Amino acid sequence: MTTRSTAGAAPATPLPGLAALGFVGLVVGGAFAGLIAEGARDPQGAAAALDGYMLRVAGFTLFQAAASTVLSVVPAIAVARALSRHPRFFGRSLILKLFAVPLALPAIVAAMGILSLFGRAGWFAAAFSAMTGGTWPGIYGLSGILLAHVFFNLPLAARLFAEALETVPADQWRLSSQLGMRAGIVFRLIEWPVLRAALPGVAGLVFMLCVTSFTIVLTLGGGPAASTLEVAIYQALRFDFDPARAVVLTLAQVALTLIVVAFLVRIGANLSGDANLAVTNRRYMAASGSERVFDGFCIAAALLLVAGPMAAIVAAGLEADLWRLVREASFLRATATSLVLATASATLAAALAWSLTAAGRRLAGSASFVLVVPPIVIGAGWFVLLRTVADVFAIAPAMVVAVNAIMAMPFALRAIRPAHDAAAARHDRLCAALGIGGWNRLRLIDWPALRRPLATALTFAAALSLGDLGVIALFGSDTVKTLPYLLYERMGSYRTADAAGLALLLGAFCLLLILAADRLGRTEDT
Amino acid sequence: MRIFSLLLTAFSLLAAPHVAAAKDTLTVYTYESFTAEWGPGPQVEKAFEAECGCDVKFVAVADGVALLNRVKLEGKATKADIVLGLDTNLTAEAKASGLFAPSGIDMANVNVPGGWADDTFVPFDYGYFAVVYDTQALKTPPASLKELVEGDPEQKIVIQDPRTSTPGLGLLLWVKAVYGDKAADAWKLLRRRVLTVTPGWSESYGLFTKGEAPMVLSYTTSPAYHMISEKTDRYQAAAFAEGHYLEVEVAALTVNGEKNPLAKKFLAFMTGPGFQDAIPETNWMFPAGRIDKPLDPAFDRLVKPARTLLLPSEEVAANRKAWVDEWLSAMSK
Repeated sequence: MTTRSTAGAAPATPLPGLAALGFVGLVVGGAFAGLIAEGARDPQGAAAALDGYMLRVAGFTLFQAAASTVLSVVPAIAVARALSRHPRFFGRSLILKLFAVPLALPAIVAAMGILSLFGRAGWFAAAFSAMTGGTWPGIYGLSGILLAHVFFNLPLAARLFAEALETVPADQWRLSSQLGMRAGIVFRLIEWPVLRAALPGVAGLVFMLCVTSFTIVLTLGGGPAASTLEVAIYQALRFDFDPARAVVLTLAQVALTLIVVAFLVRIGANLSGDANLAVTNRRYMAASGSERVFDGFCIAAALLLVAGPMAAIVAAGLEADLWRLVREASFLRATATSLVLATASATLAAALAWSLTAAGRRLAGSASFVLVVPPIVIGAGWFVLLRTVADVFAIAPAMVVAVNAIMAMPFALRAIRPAHDAAAARHDRLCAALGIGGWNRLRLIDWPALRRPLATALTFAAALSLGDLGVIALFGSDTVKTLPYLLYERMGSYRTADAAGLALLLGAFCLLLILAADRLGRTEDT
Repeated sequence: MRIFSLLLTAFSLLAAPHVAAAKDTLTVYTYESFTAEWGPGPQVEKAFEAECGCDVKFVAVADGVALLNRVKLEGKATKADIVLGLDTNLTAEAKASGLFAPSGIDMANVNVPGGWADDTFVPFDYGYFAVVYDTQALKTPPASLKELVEGDPEQKIVIQDPRTSTPGLGLLLWVKAVYGDKAADAWKLLRRRVLTVTPGWSESYGLFTKGEAPMVLSYTTSPAYHMISEKTDRYQAAAFAEGHYLEVEVAALTVNGEKNPLAKKFLAFMTGPGFQDAIPETNWMFPAGRIDKPLDPAFDRLVKPARTLLLPSEEVAANRKAWVDEWLSAMSK
C-alpha cells in the first residue's frame, strides 16, 4: 500500500494518503457513530457534561499540558542541538536509544521510578529534608505531574528535533565552518529555521500527550483537584457507561487541543527546502571550549533525567525473581503477544505515516488529532457497534493493532516528515524532469533518504504499542494479554516484586526493539 | 488496507475461541484477577468440570463495574450464563437492568455477616475495608475512623478515587455510614493526611509498599497475604472502633443462563467447598459458603470488626453521584 505513496510530491492528493486518512477516519468515526447511537437513547449525560467542575478540570488540563510542553520542548531544543553538534562521541547512539524507552513504560512504572528518586521515601528524600529543614513532602502535586511529563516527553522531543537537524545539508555546516560563524549565528541562520519548522509538530505532539495524561496526573497529582478531561471520559465510559457524556467530553478535549495546536502552527514556519544535492558527506565541527561545556551539560542533564528513574526501575526489577519470571508460561505468552502486536502496529503506523506525509502537511496534521481521542472511546465505540454482528473476542486483537497503530502514527509522522520534506524539496523537480516515478523513485530516491527516519518511526511506534493497554477495557483481555497487562495483573494481586521485574523486562524488550529498528535503518556509509 | 485485512484475518484465526466439541458449555463472565493464574479461576474450573463433565469458559473483563457495563451492553443477547464478581454496591443497578434471574438455589451454605436475603444474587466471598499500615513506620495506628480523620497530617495515607475504584468507593461509603451529613467536613479534615488519590487499588498499594506512605486503604485480609505468602508480620490492618465497611461479592444467573441447566448447578457448587476452599488464599477474601479445608491460622489473627457497616444497595445507587460530587468538592478545595 505504500508503493505509490511517493507520488505525493505531486500537487494532487495521492491515493495512499487518502486511503490512510480514510482508515483513520473510519476507526475514529466508527467509534463515534457507535457511541452517539448508543448515547442517543439516554442523552441527558451530554447536557450535564460541562458543569462548573468540568470547566475547572478543563482549565487544569490545558494549564498542566501547556506547562509540561514548554518545560519539555525548550530544553529539548538545547539537547538536540548539542547532540547534533557532536555527532561522534562515546555513548551517543546509546543515549539516543535510551531516549525512546520512556515511551514504552506504562505510566505507573514511570511514576514509581520517579518516586524512587523524588518521593517521600526516595533516594534524595534525606538530602532534600536536610536542605529544606523539614520532612521532604515528596513531589506530589503540580511539580510531580510536570516532572513526570518532562521525563516522558523531553527525550521524545529531543530525538525528534535531532532528527530534524539531520536534514540540514552537510554543505551548510561546511560553509558555516569555513566562514568561521560563531554558535549564535549558526543557530540563527542554520539550526533555528529547521527547528522552527519542526516545532509546531513536536510541541503539538507533546501537548496532546500531556492533555490525555491520566495515571500520572491522578497518582502524582495529590488529589482530585488535579484531574484531566481524560479521567472524566474514562469514568464516563468505564464506570457510568454514559456514552453521551463521553462523546461531549471527548469533543471538548479535541476542540481545546485544536485551538492550542492552531496557535502553535502560527509560531512555526514552512521550510523552504534546499534543492541542491549535498556534496559533503560529513559534518564539520568547530565548537569552542565553552560551547563544548554547555553542550556537555545539556546532554548530561537530559541523560540524568532519563536515566535516573530508569536506574530506579532497573534496581527495583533486579530484586524480583527474574529467573522464575522469565520461565513462566504466562510471561512467555504475554511476551509473544506483545511483540506480535507491537510489530504489527508499528508497521501499520509507519505505513500510515508515510502515506500521510506524502499527501501533504495539512492532511497529516489533521490526522494527528486522533491522539486526543482516548483509546477507550475508540474501543468502547467499536464494541458497541460490533457486539451484535461479530464475536467481539475475536476482534479484540485486530482492534488493539488498529488503535495502537493510529495512536502511534502521529509519532511516526513527526519522525518521517522532516526528512521527507527535505528530500522532496531536493528531488521533486529532478525526478519530474527525468521522469522518475513509481517504484523506481521509491527504490532509488526515497528509500535511501527515508530509511533512517522510517526506522525511528518504527521504533517509536513499537515502543508506544508495547506499553499501551487502554483499548480493551470492555472487550475482555484474554486474547490480548500483553506484558503491561501482566504487569498490572501482578500489581493488582500484591505481587509488586513481580511487577517490578516485569517493568525491567519490558524496558529491556523495548531497548532490543530499538536496536533492531536501528539496524534496519543503518545506512551503508556509516 | 490490505495489510490490515490480512492482519485481521490472521488474528481472528489466532484468537478464534476454542470450540467445545461435544461437551456442554457454561460461560461465566468475571473480573480479571479471578481468572489470573494465581486467582481462584483455574482451581474452580477444574473442580467444577470434574463434577459436571462440562466445559467452563471464563470471560474476564477488568473489574466488577466493567463486568456490569459489559453485560448491560450485550443486553438479552449476552453469551454469559453466569456473571460472577459484582459487589453489593452494584446489585441494585444490576437488578434494575432486568437481565438477571432469581437463583432458585438452596442458600443454606451461604454465610455472610449480617445475613443474606436477596434471591437473585448469591454471595461467594466477602471482606472488610480497612486501613493497612506499616508497623515499621507507624507505631500507634489510628484506633478509629475519627482518629484517622483528625490525626497528625504528617502521617500520610494513600487512598483511591471513588470514581474509578471499588475500595475508593468503599471508603466514601464508610465515611458516609459513620459521619452521615457531616461527611464533607470529615473529608476536609482527612484531606490533610491524604498523600495522593490513585485511580486504582494497585497504584496505591504499590506506593504503600514502596514506603511512600505508612497507611493505605485496603482490606482487613491484606495482612493475610503478607503473613502467608511472604512470611512477614510487617503490614497490619488497624481496627476501627466505629466498625468496618463490608464488601460482599456476588454472582447471578442471567436470563439466558436460566435456560442452561449447568448455570444453576454452578451457583449451587459455588456455595460449597469445591469453590469456597479456593477463595481465601487466591482471592484473599473470606469465604461466603461452606469450606472443608480450615482457614490458615493467619486468618484468625486478622482484625475482627467491632461492627459491620453496610449501606443498602438501593440507597447507594440513588445517592452515589451526589456523594461523589460532595467528596470531589471537599477534596478539591
